[in-house]
Amino acid sequence: MKTPDPAPRLDLAAIRARLNGARGQQYWRSLDEISETPEFKEMLQREFPNGASEWDDGVSRRSFLKMAAASLALAGLTACTKQPVREILPYVKQPEELVPGEPLFYATSMPLGGYATGVLAKSREGHPIKVDGNPEHPASRGASSIWMQASILDLYDPDRSQAFTHDGEISTWSDFIAELNEIAREQQTQHGAGLRFLTETITSPTLAAQLDALLKKFPQAKLHQFDAISRDNVREGARVAFGELVETQHRFDKAAVILSLESDFLYTHPQRLRYTRDFTDGRRVSGGKQEMNRLYVIESTPSVTGAMADHRLPLGSGEIEKVARRIASRFGIAANSASDTQDPQLESWVSAVVGDLEKNRGKSIIIAGESQPPMVHALCHLLNDKLGNVGNTLFYTEPAEFRPTNQLESLRELVQEMNSGAVQTLFILGGNPVFSAPVDFDFPAALPKVKRSIYLATDFDETAALCTWHIPQAHYLESWGDGKSFDGTVTLQQPLIEPLYGGKTAFEILGILFRQQPIRDDYENVREYWQSQKPGPDFKTQWRRAVHDGFIAGTALPEKKPGLKTEAITAALNSNKSGGAELELVFRPDPSVWDGRFANNGWLQECARPVTKLTWDNAVLVSPALAQRNQLTTDDVVELEFNGRKLRGPVWVQPGQAENTVALQLGYGRSRVGRVGRGVGFNSYLLRDSQSLWRSAGLKITRLNDRQHLVATQTHHNLHSPERQIYREGSLEEFRSDTQFVKKSLDQPANEDTLYNTDEYKYEGYKWGMSIDLTTCIGCNACLLACNAENNIPVVGKEQVNKNREMYWIRIDTYYKGPLDNPEFSHMPVPCMQCEHAPCELVCPVEATVHDHEGLNLQIYNRCVGTRFCSNNCPYKVRRFNFLWYADYKTPSFKPMYNPDVTVRWRGVMEKCTYCIQRISRARITAEKENRLIREGEIQTACQQACPASAIVFGDLNTPGSKVAALKTNPLDYAMLGELNTRPRTTYLAKLRNPNSEIENKPTASS
Amino acid sequence: MAQIFRKSSNSFARASLVGGFVFFFGFFGIVYAVYRSPYTTDVNVPLAQPAPFSHQHHVGGLGLDCRYCHTSVENSAFAGLPPTETCMTCHSQVWKNAPVLAPVRESLATGLPIAWKRVNLVPDFVFFNHSIHVQKGVGCSTCHGAVDRMPITWRAHSLYMRWCLDCHEAPQKFLRPRDQIFNVEWQAPPDQLARGQKLIAEYHISTNRLEQLRDCSMCHR
Amino acid sequence: METIQGSEPRLPAPDKPYPVTVLGYPAEMIGPTATYAKVSEQVAGIPLKHPNPKFWFIGFTIAFSLFLMLCGAVSYLIYRGVGIWGINIPVAWGFAITNFVWWIGIGHAGTFISAILLLLHQKWRTTINRFTEAMTLFAVMCAGLFPLLHLGRPWVFFWLLPYPDTMSLWPQFRSPLVWDVFAVSTYFLVSLMFWYLGVMPDLATVRDKAKTKWKKIIYGMCCMGWRGSAVHWQRHQTAYLLLGGLATPLVLSVHSVVSFDFSVAQLPGWHSTLFPPYFVAGAIYSGFAMVLNLLIPIRRIYGLQNLITTRTLNNMACVTLATCWMVVYGYIMEAFTAWYSGDPFEKHMMWDRAFGAYGWVFWILMLLNCVIPQLLWSRRVRTHDIALFFVALSANIGMWIERFVIVVQSLHNDFVPSSWAMYIPTKWDWITLFGSIGLFLMLQFLFIRYVPMISISESRELIAQRKEGQL
Repeated sequence: MKTPDPAPRLDLAAIRARLNGARGQQYWRSLDEISETPEFKEMLQREFPNGASEWDDGVSRRSFLKMAAASLALAGLTACTKQPVREILPYVKQPEELVPGEPLFYATSMPLGGYATGVLAKSREGHPIKVDGNPEHPASRGASSIWMQASILDLYDPDRSQAFTHDGEISTWSDFIAELNEIAREQQTQHGAGLRFLTETITSPTLAAQLDALLKKFPQAKLHQFDAISRDNVREGARVAFGELVETQHRFDKAAVILSLESDFLYTHPQRLRYTRDFTDGRRVSGGKQEMNRLYVIESTPSVTGAMADHRLPLGSGEIEKVARRIASRFGIAANSASDTQDPQLESWVSAVVGDLEKNRGKSIIIAGESQPPMVHALCHLLNDKLGNVGNTLFYTEPAEFRPTNQLESLRELVQEMNSGAVQTLFILGGNPVFSAPVDFDFPAALPKVKRSIYLATDFDETAALCTWHIPQAHYLESWGDGKSFDGTVTLQQPLIEPLYGGKTAFEILGILFRQQPIRDDYENVREYWQSQKPGPDFKTQWRRAVHDGFIAGTALPEKKPGLKTEAITAALNSNKSGGAELELVFRPDPSVWDGRFANNGWLQECARPVTKLTWDNAVLVSPALAQRNQLTTDDVVELEFNGRKLRGPVWVQPGQAENTVALQLGYGRSRVGRVGRGVGFNSYLLRDSQSLWRSAGLKITRLNDRQHLVATQTHHNLHSPERQIYREGSLEEFRSDTQFVKKSLDQPANEDTLYNTDEYKYEGYKWGMSIDLTTCIGCNACLLACNAENNIPVVGKEQVNKNREMYWIRIDTYYKGPLDNPEFSHMPVPCMQCEHAPCELVCPVEATVHDHEGLNLQIYNRCVGTRFCSNNCPYKVRRFNFLWYADYKTPSFKPMYNPDVTVRWRGVMEKCTYCIQRISRARITAEKENRLIREGEIQTACQQACPASAIVFGDLNTPGSKVAALKTNPLDYAMLGELNTRPRTTYLAKLRNPNSEIENKPTASS
Repeated sequence: MAQIFRKSSNSFARASLVGGFVFFFGFFGIVYAVYRSPYTTDVNVPLAQPAPFSHQHHVGGLGLDCRYCHTSVENSAFAGLPPTETCMTCHSQVWKNAPVLAPVRESLATGLPIAWKRVNLVPDFVFFNHSIHVQKGVGCSTCHGAVDRMPITWRAHSLYMRWCLDCHEAPQKFLRPRDQIFNVEWQAPPDQLARGQKLIAEYHISTNRLEQLRDCSMCHR
Repeated sequence: METIQGSEPRLPAPDKPYPVTVLGYPAEMIGPTATYAKVSEQVAGIPLKHPNPKFWFIGFTIAFSLFLMLCGAVSYLIYRGVGIWGINIPVAWGFAITNFVWWIGIGHAGTFISAILLLLHQKWRTTINRFTEAMTLFAVMCAGLFPLLHLGRPWVFFWLLPYPDTMSLWPQFRSPLVWDVFAVSTYFLVSLMFWYLGVMPDLATVRDKAKTKWKKIIYGMCCMGWRGSAVHWQRHQTAYLLLGGLATPLVLSVHSVVSFDFSVAQLPGWHSTLFPPYFVAGAIYSGFAMVLNLLIPIRRIYGLQNLITTRTLNNMACVTLATCWMVVYGYIMEAFTAWYSGDPFEKHMMWDRAFGAYGWVFWILMLLNCVIPQLLWSRRVRTHDIALFFVALSANIGMWIERFVIVVQSLHNDFVPSSWAMYIPTKWDWITLFGSIGLFLMLQFLFIRYVPMISISESRELIAQRKEGQL
């Protein structure tokens, strides 16, 4: 989308001045809106869908998602006409455990980046409909990531590859088997000299064993591993520090002070869910506990973790090492930091942090991110050791990976061999290297030089197009398998459904190379391996137990005490030194599509990215200062030039970004992808070479006379005055000195303050309520995706989101506060508040939205005529309307995905959150049948269940001692817009920060 | 020049006045009637099935219990429809080669299910749960009628919301003792109201629940 | 100097052939040339002889093509859904409701003139009441269209009506939208009867003057066998007065109820006790403006100056000016209460209304609705029909914009800033608006073509009164 002429520049200096001068709680959402200038109006104009939009009636590029509507436009009528005769098909042989109409749960595991996370998959009438965390599993604890929740959509994705292809022709499994035998025979003779395997990070014991055996069988064959989101720096850091590869396991729940050097341990770390749970446990202030951990984050571009920081220091990715050295030198490490330029503000910041760390020896964590060079990781190891954290807040183990290597070098070697023609047969097991390999390796050019390239993947993607063989891979819900979680716990993977598109697994393919007779399938392969591991009579029971639990308890890796090579580190410190003040380019995995593998997932594409709130696009993230210097404003298309390579993309001015850092998200601009991902964003990999996997200096940025409209769910408007009783926050000190400070800041009418004799309904039965903790919400979107999967919420596409018609029932508002260069971020999840005095109810002419006896504010879809008055009268604007036919009735493969307990809404009706009423009524029926009351914790709403921070608590306010009832009495509890006397059942716990009094959060003039 | 309107046109005028009213209300009357007639509701309209299964024979004649085929009626929203195997438990012995049973045998042979036609059907946005009704004393025949007298099954009630509410507003009129649930011949005793009230207590249906029975959320989500 | 009830003092003017009022414009409520025969001839002649066919056909064609556009837009709307409009969350109401309120407003002039002015014995209404009543009907028809169209599922509109359904559900009588249904439909029915009762004798006149058989038959049927006997007249007058009494409260009630659609909500910019009177005043304001817009051209084209006299125009202009000031007062009070309430949301709403993203619309509104109509202070403007026409036009457009500002601007910036957004009309919004205008004009054209647009009988009364020197 283009608007003809570039918008006038924003006067960012003025804005900054205004903000720095601002008194009291000054929230704001983005640059445009705080500058109440003509430009601001201009920007508002450009919220208009786009230049041509006045003549756009909303039939969109992505209209396939809803054109189905057309044929069914009047289906709403079925409610009041003669019903068609429908068929009903019983089983021929009914499976024993299956009771039609009742769900079954299976423990399995989802692999991502090689590591397995235990999940519970819900199945109805034999098809999986929902994935949630496995509460027993150490890496999940019942929590979900957005990728877990969205994986169900991937399973049913009609664009998954559905056929074997050989040289682009449709082929068959048997042909492929023949080919494999041929390969085996051929390589037998030459001991596998021309045989190579390229995989992603492997933790699967079965696969490991198979590969081990293969490499024995073909001694000259080689295994290469590569993940685009690689943890090489972590490995190398450990190698420098300990001379061997060890994994660091953190215990954030034990840490009082955490210093993150660009580590997004809450979102991108393999152990994200566990770490989030631990971190937020250490942060939650409740039940008399008045302690909370303190988080310092130094990072170049705002991340989920950074947004949670009590003190966040925006700093060029390359300069972070300097700070690390500075801190190190404060602890008497010869970090060779003397020569660095002194920046007083930075100094004061550093000394404050150091002081804090000093005070909390043994209770602190210093963690570096994947994007930081090995040296920084080494320093972290050293510092943690000096501070006595090792053994307290963190410990070391063997890596859970199979044959951990420097993946970049491993790939480099492979590509060289491919070019030299040494590689005759290359097995690529997932990973899409053609798309994601460093651009200077020129993998696409090397691949055709291989005689036989065999690619196993779920999608027919860029790599598949260049390989001689493509084998559709079975989704993890379709196949057996195993893997290890980050802490090493062995996790089993069992299928819930036959492969929809005849997908295969690596086990089968590798098995055939052994000349297995008969050919064994994934189940046999996995089971046999474990049998060989645990021989003996009781294997059956052990196996059953493991499959039932989804993992083998007590297989977490044991603690390891590697010797720290201090002098090696200091030696290294004296040598190479990264960093530099010039313009730097950093790469980040996208918060939604990761490395690009989820590009065809509509749910992920549409959910607003944390912090930026962008949807359906990636962008060139630049700092306000840089934007001002280069006369850039959001939506400007710029050309990035780096190492002679050029790339174009729209600018997104991101407050809190380090001044000289330009950030790109990976995974967009896929050239071979399904309908959803097609034409979304630009491909950042085109600038990513092996030298600059994460960060590199010397970027050139030039504005082109072109604009491209980026769509964000909330792009503007600040929280104006604290008079708007929407968001409440305070510091731990405030809270300690006066626990009631939140209540005092509010002016809410007591329920008695009324002239009417309102005989209020008493709610003597159940009385559902919810409490959302703003202190622990990390804004990760898990709740949003879970709600999406549970409630059959449709995807509407970029154009519709642009018209403010997104359908998510729970949204996460993010407000900024404070200086432009370094704002504080505040997340606020907003579902329907279930007001007891619901403004929506009395304006509905047909009683389509009414209260029930448990205090739920119902929305009766089949009664709704769509006047939309309810939404107009909803102060929270949490109602969503089906302006067009959004629900996908057409795509057959999606039908089994819908939750049969929830109506799929048709065109022209209003919809909204009702506390997962389908779960409530299921529990109620169960309880009634057993003549008891619903037990505390028996019902979890989807969002609550998914939340890794356990920030959402739902329950019965009338059950004495219920968690939610207790939280409502918490002094931090407040109702959003309570002054309107809507009496919401959903209330919030005000956000507490734990700032260090020695630092006042000023914009740090970074160089 | 002659009169345009003859005298009779006066009576025409009056007639048309009356006629107008008659037509106006007549029209809606007809719509109303059609809407409640078996034509729309399918009540008492036998529905041709792939195999002419007779509840009259199996329930009335042989006295099979409902749960023999509708296995999940007591513990699931869905009462359950017998898999082909269930039919074959008997029909592998009796009526082995009866032509009417051809579809059943075929189904077992091919492994393809028998495509029965739905007799009782509520719209997608209505979430009816068999188990709770059965557990709380609503008998099969209350909704499904005397199936033991149906050679070919038909719908016994309109399943309109109004009809559901008859019971949800006054369960005592319909509840039966637990041992009578599956008795399709059960008739309400003369003192049903009194008994019903007692049963409500016996089934632990609290006053809260009674009120709740009319909540939209009971059936619509 | 003699006066009679309902008319102003008439002073003999030596230089003029006719007496003038104190202000010096013709005091005639009906032209001196008008006689019994001439009036019947002139008025009944229009439907029968159909003068100026060119004007009529061109006008009708334009109106009809607009109407066809409306049909197209509506079909597409039913086919795709209301998503083809610019509405969104938070601005869930857009043009549809704006048009609805605007049309209803226009529909007020008719009954005001025929009912209230009738009871007030304002004789100058005589020559324009028929026309304005017709206009009222057509406006209400257009208005009635929109509440249906704006539904997400228009095909179940009847759920808003109380009828014994199979769900044993009723409309929710607490909702102003249900009140609308009753208010608007009642208003339409009463206005229809009122208008038809008035037109019956004239249809009879046309019947008698008609030359061809079919015209005789059709007009004959329409006038329901009116013979003009004394009994007929006596009953006619009684019924007319009764209906007048019945319609009077409706004039005030209908738009009050419509205003509840907004004031009942708790949205800043809507939630105000000011709305009912404010809306009614605005309604009559736009209504009179619309009457002027329609009458002035027709008056010229069909040469009706002798019946619709300058004096009539002048009086209408005065009513317009008066109601204009009531509306202005409304604006002032809105701003005042917003400031006086001290409520942050109200204050922001008012600020945003004037200086926000839709500020420019607001200032246009101020210009058209408050500034330009002040020209009506000048007698020369009031008595100069072309000038009057343009002032009325500005008031009409202004009133539409006012509805737009109330509906859209209030919604687009409400309580929670994170969900603030803009509303951009799509082409379908525009087509529907102009289409409805097309429908309105089309009906107008059919009316002036086939029905006597001025009450012959009542005009004759005027003549009679003049003869008797009462006028």
